Amino acid sequence: MTETEETGVVAGTTDESAAPLLRVRGLVRHFPITKGLLKRQVGAVQAVDGIDFEVRPGETLGVVGESGCGKSTMGRLITRLDEPTGGTIEFEGRDITHLPPGKLRPMRRDVQMIFQDPYGSLNPRHTIGGIVGTPFRLQGVEPEGGLKKEVQRLLELVGLSPEHYNRYPHEFSGGQRQRIGIARALALKPKLVVADEPVSALDVSIQAQVVNLMDDLQDELGLTYVIIAHDLSVIRHVSDRIAVMYLGKIVELADRKSLYEAPMHPYTKALLSAVPVPDPKRRTQRDRILLKGDVPSPIDPPSGCRFRTRCWKATEVCATTEPPLVALRTGHEVACHHPENAPDGARDDEPAKTA
Amino acid sequence: MTDFPDSTAGHRAGPSVPDTAADGPPPAAPPADPADLTRTGAAVGEPAPAGSKAPTAFLEVRDLKVHFPTDDGIVKSVDGLSFSLEKGRTLGIVGESGSGKSVTSLAIMGLHRASRQQRSKVDMSGEIWLDGKELVGADPDEVRRLRGREMAMIFQDPLSALHPYYTVGSQIVEAYRVHHAVDKKTARKRAVEMLDRVGIPQPDKRVDDHPHQFSGGMRQRAMIAMALVNNPELLIADEPTTALDVTVQAQILDLIRDLQKEFGSAVVIITHDLGVVAELADQLLVMYGGRCIERGPAEKVFSEPQHPYTWGLLGSMPRIDREQTDRLIPVKGSPPSLINVPSGCAFNPRCPYADVPEDDLTRTVRPELRQVDHGGTPADEGVAGGGGHFAACHMAPEERARIWTEEIAPKL
Ligand SMILES: Nc1ncnc2c1ncn2[C@@H]1O[C@H](COP(=O)(O)OP(=O)(O)OP(=O)(O)O)[C@@H](O)[C@H]1O
Ligand SMILES: Nc1ncnc2c1ncn2[C@@H]1O[C@H](COP(=O)(O)OP(=O)(O)O)[C@@H](O)[C@H]1O
Ligand code: SF4
Ligand code: SF4
Ligand SMILES: [Mg+2]
Ligand SMILES: [Mg+2]
Repeated sequence: MTETEETGVVAGTTDESAAPLLRVRGLVRHFPITKGLLKRQVGAVQAVDGIDFEVRPGETLGVVGESGCGKSTMGRLITRLDEPTGGTIEFEGRDITHLPPGKLRPMRRDVQMIFQDPYGSLNPRHTIGGIVGTPFRLQGVEPEGGLKKEVQRLLELVGLSPEHYNRYPHEFSGGQRQRIGIARALALKPKLVVADEPVSALDVSIQAQVVNLMDDLQDELGLTYVIIAHDLSVIRHVSDRIAVMYLGKIVELADRKSLYEAPMHPYTKALLSAVPVPDPKRRTQRDRILLKGDVPSPIDPPSGCRFRTRCWKATEVCATTEPPLVALRTGHEVACHHPENAPDGARDDEPAKTA
Repeated sequence: MTDFPDSTAGHRAGPSVPDTAADGPPPAAPPADPADLTRTGAAVGEPAPAGSKAPTAFLEVRDLKVHFPTDDGIVKSVDGLSFSLEKGRTLGIVGESGSGKSVTSLAIMGLHRASRQQRSKVDMSGEIWLDGKELVGADPDEVRRLRGREMAMIFQDPLSALHPYYTVGSQIVEAYRVHHAVDKKTARKRAVEMLDRVGIPQPDKRVDDHPHQFSGGMRQRAMIAMALVNNPELLIADEPTTALDVTVQAQILDLIRDLQKEFGSAVVIITHDLGVVAELADQLLVMYGGRCIERGPAEKVFSEPQHPYTWGLLGSMPRIDREQTDRLIPVKGSPPSLINVPSGCAFNPRCPYADVPEDDLTRTVRPELRQVDHGGTPADEGVAGGGGHFAACHMAPEERARIWTEEIAPKL
């Protein structure tokens, strides 16, 4: 049931000297689909299917992709809230892939998660003080100066008032609840914060408040972020580097500038061209790539390149050979036989019969 | 919330409202004071106030108010909204959640009074003119006949409009047969044609699928097919792409644009995403706290926005089409409660310029919409349409122009 097949060789990824904070190799998560009383496995949702990436200390890695492509699953895997089917996860050089819960404890302090839904992720029966203080209790940590004082300091840090200590989540707006979630995530001074759609449930004016807050906290506390989002404008604003996912794979991984100015993967190009731009004057001058159809099912993904059913550049090789994720330029990795803004890898291939 | 079950299952009006209208006091001019409105509850069903003339615009909304009395107080979801729209044009309504966008669209569709689940009472006043007919005071049955034929709506969540037990095809067939006396076979042909038109592959097969067999994007298309099956002249799209991925969103926006070109309908697109309206709208209306705070040609509102809240929206948004900015410029605080709307300008607790107008005007007097490009004449609420650019702010137009060009625009 486990498929730990390594996809692609990551050729000379970077010249960054710093050791990565997090290193992920061949990460796989398949959710089995079972049938009948005997729970016979009849298939699997290939939610994450062999991904490699690193997160460097102090940076923000953005992760984008359409709904269902495996972003949240990836986030839950690297925070060890979910058990991978295959691959390895190293945190500060240490393999944490299959650490049992007891041994995970120190790592749980260092890696924290912020969730999308500021309503669902806070227990309505607990006070704000109780919620933000939970990580201390779970870890058996007694903060200097006492728990209450520390929690109040955290509330102030995220722009709430220390007086909010005894209030309940329902008394707060969406943006304020997201601040509470951030305060809780920061309680134990984590090194890595994984934020899954931290602003997508918020109104635009409030989104900006939270984005700026996360930015300030990163500077102040030297945090490293993995920020998952589907909004390409938000991702561009917050990220140093960006991974683009499609159907359980990373198809492109590059620094912000290269990715937005010269995307190499056709899917990235299509995604960027689809972003609505708040400028009515520009709508006539844009050449938009309209993708056909929908994302295929992750239960039965297309052979070869998973994007080939919607790709306008697909040729025969795309159906037979999965393109590995390789660095075509320093710091710019892409998985495509016929990349944009780079030399073609299979120029003389026959055009695909369908698509 | 859907048109479809309503039109097939037969219509029953909300419990109290029509009665009030029938036995209520004789018609009076629209109450100036909202307290009045609650007491009489009579605005609904009244004939249009004397002196109001049928407009020339295809759709015209005049001083629309939709208030919900609740245990906590009166929710003034829409509190004096006017606009107009011609056929073949698109109006974008933007605003944050709770600013009254959906309540406005349901009011136009006559769904506040029609919805059977609606237990709460609703007080509506003002006028909604569609193609020369006034709808607020009209017989609900009359409005129901218009719905689905002359006007149709697409919702954010297609599952709220599509019934899970019936095939997609049969629901489109029903929607068609309500307004057309044709046999099932003809209607089915029409359904397949519509599914094809909205880009469903193999429409003759997929017509027999149930909604859950469709992907999110396909369901949205199916709902659009259902909304358009009777060639409505007014299409209201309430957050039609909010639940969709960008690539699918682009497909749907393209589809709406094409269909409008083909049929020349009037389109109202409601969204919180300034990018989406910029893609479609000719006219733009910005709502805040149940009222319009700025309205004008889309290009003007984007290039020379006049209201501090509009500036706030633009500053809050990271923009993919511009140089990377270092920081976003958020609006402080959060949107107002519609039970306790701040006095004066509803935006004043969040406005960085609230102290610019003298004598605390901003906190005591509610600013009315005034035309920006014509020396600040008040918006004539009767003929609210046209190409004028209006904003509701006490600051002098010159002051706002200066702040925009010197302080805001350079940071965006
Ligand atoms: N517990 C589970 N059991 C079975 N399938 C699952 C489970 N969790 C996720 N999946 C499936 O795995 C795939 C990836 O899901 P994931 O939640 O990671 O997507 P995502 O990229 O975060 O999407 P979104 O943008 O909608 O949040 C989807 O097809 C999803 O239905
Ligand atoms: N049936 C109702 N009863 C009471 N309040 C309502 C009702 N429907 C809507 N509201 C309130 O009206 C306001 C505007 O809602 P809505 O138009 O849905 O906002 P949006 O701009 O997000 O579409 C909100 O405060 C909402 O809670
Ligand atoms: S490998 Fe082929 S199908 Fe895949 S993205 Fe590249 S060109 Fe398109
Ligand atoms: S009226 Fe006053 S509070 Fe309202 S937008 Fe203008 S300056 Fe700001
Ligand atoms: Mg997710
Ligand atoms: Mg709404």
